[in-house]
Order: sequence, then structure tokens, then C-alpha cells
Amino acid sequence: MFLEIITPDRRVFEGEVDSATFPGAKGSFQVLTNHAPLISTLAQGRITYVSKAEGRRTLEVDGGVVEVLNNKISVLVERLISE
Amino acid sequence: MPNLKEVKNRIVSVTSTQQITKAMKMVAAAKLRRAQEAITQMRPYAQKLNEILQNVSTAQVETPFAEQRDVQRVLLIAVTSDRGLSGAFNANIFRRIRILLDEELRGYQAQGTLEVMPIGKKGLEYYRRRDVKSNTTFSGLWPNLSFDEARRTAEYAMDGFLEKRYDKVLVVYNEFKNVATQIVRVEQLLPLLPAEPATNTAAANIDYIFEPTKEEIVTELIPKSIKIQFYKMLLDSRASEEGARMTAMDKATDNAGELLKELKLTYNRTRQAAITKEILEIVGGAEALSNG
Repeated sequence: MFLEIITPDRRVFEGEVDSATFPGAKGSFQVLTNHAPLISTLAQGRITYVSKAEGRRTLEVDGGVVEVLNNKISVLVERLISE
Repeated sequence: MPNLKEVKNRIVSVTSTQQITKAMKMVAAAKLRRAQEAITQMRPYAQKLNEILQNVSTAQVETPFAEQRDVQRVLLIAVTSDRGLSGAFNANIFRRIRILLDEELRGYQAQGTLEVMPIGKKGLEYYRRRDVKSNTTFSGLWPNLSFDEARRTAEYAMDGFLEKRYDKVLVVYNEFKNVATQIVRVEQLLPLLPAEPATNTAAANIDYIFEPTKEEIVTELIPKSIKIQFYKMLLDSRASEEGARMTAMDKATDNAGELLKELKLTYNRTRQAAITKEILEIVGGAEALSNG
């Protein structure tokens, strides 16, 4: 499935991933292929994803929102705390 | 008749001015490209945010940012530039604000319940010298403009609105139409104007899972949307500024070229007149000798 992480200043990541874990507002959750459509807000915390090209990567974010639809995950983040 | 040396000096000085304006035009063109790129970079975020907001906006949520109050205090954000030599870029903003202060916002201005918040050095200098209550907290925004900087300014206005220090927040800025055209706009940042009904019905039919709830998502997204709206205005203004500067410098270069043409003509005429005069003198002298 396809993951894109965008901030207002730039596109932080886009590419195929096997799984992605998000710091949801009510606790961490993982998204795998064929996940049902979802819109969730994020709390401050770590986003971890397993990219097909780059392997496991982790980002720390200040909160945001994620949408999962038809194997496409879009993450909107206002501010990255660390990459 | 003009002095030959004076004309020559002017030619030299106009030539160097022309070189400067030409260089400034090219620098502005490069910066304009970067400013436009920043707008392009921001667009996917803004679009996606809008899309998600539309998907959840079926939920009726009372947001404190849309509260219509009896307007007592107004914050007017004036987006100007740090540097000049950009044609009427800043003057247009000042003129528009003057009209606002004289007409719609006249009462607030008279009561001293209107604050102008200039962004950019030009606005800071302009409003310092005038009889306007100004708030200079965020005037130095430009050198490293990023979303983070814009966010802080927007949050200041939003907090002010929530804490009832302001009942209305307006932004006056130059919208970027194209390189040669900037449109001065007055936009109401707060309170939020009622959103247009969702047009994207196809997306609304998808059966999303909402975490935590639709209402909470909307509450969280609305401030983000205000901030990105403000950021867009800043980016537009920056692109407009470079566009205006490019156009102004292009005109200046052309004008210098025309001036040079005239000066060169004067120079050559003067030079020729001097030579003719000299020849006449020599011929006259020779004739006087041979006659004697």
C-alpha cells in the first residue's frame, strides 16, 4: 500500500510500505494492507513505517491527521519533531 | 551646449544603474521561482486537509472560531515586504488599509480599538510613523519564512480571538495572480465564515471509521485549516513581492536603456559640434595665414 507523509513545507515521504504504525489520539494503532477506510487524528508521538525501499523508519511528530482509503494512507503533519 | 565630460559621466552612471536593475531583476526571477515552489509544496497538504474536512463536515460542530460576536476590537494584519524597490507592492497595501480605516473601520480607529499588525519591515516603518495603534510582535517574519513561523502568528491571532482580545481578524495582502499582476485582498480570518456546503458527494459516501469521533476530528482540524489559510496568504504575498520587483526592475532597465540612448545622442552631437568648431577654427586660422 501507498503511504504519503506531508507537511505544509514539503513532502516528507511517499512510497510503498508494508505496514505503518501511528500514534492515534486514543493510543497507537497499526495499518496493514486492505485496512478499512479510516480518518483519525494523531497525538504527539512516533510514526513507524516499513518502507519497501528503505526498510523501517521512524518519525516523531507533533500531532496531525491520517486518512486511510483504498490502500492509500495520507498523513498530514504540521510539524516534525525529529526524523 | 552640454559639457562633454558631464554627459560622459552621466552615461557611466546610468550604465551602472542599469546593470544593477538588471541583476536585481534576475535575482527576483530566481526568488520568484522559489516562492512559487513553496506554494506548490503547500498545495497537497491544503487540498488533503480540505478533503478530509469535507468528509467529516457532515457533523454539525460548534467551533469557537466561528463565534459571531458584537465586534468591539479588530486586528488588522498588514502583509508587507521587508525590502523596497518592488513598485507599488507595499503602497497598494497601505492605500487599501487607509480606505478601510477611513470607511468601514472608521469607528474602531477613532475609539482606538483597532490594532494594525504589520508583517515585514516596510509595514513596521510605515505604521510606526503614523497615528495607528500597531502591534509589532510578528513584524520580522520574512527572513526564514516557514510554516512554523506562520503558525505562531496565526496562533497568536486565534488565541486573541478565543480570549476575546479581538472580535474580528482581517488580513490585507497581495494575492499572486501572475508575475505582472498582484491583487490586493482583504480577507476575514476570524471569525470563520460559514463553510460552503460540501460539493464532493462521492467522497461523502465512503463509510469511514472515525477516530476518536467526527466532532473531535473537526474540532482538531479547523485550527489547522485556519493556519494553512494564513500560510497561503503569506506565501502568496512573497511570490507577489518578487513578481512586483521583477516587473519594476524590468521597467527600470528599459527606462535606463532609453535614457542611455538619448544621452549617447547628446554626447555624439556635442562631440561632433566640438570637432566642427575646431576644424572651422583651424581652417579659419590657415586662411588668415595664407592671406597674410
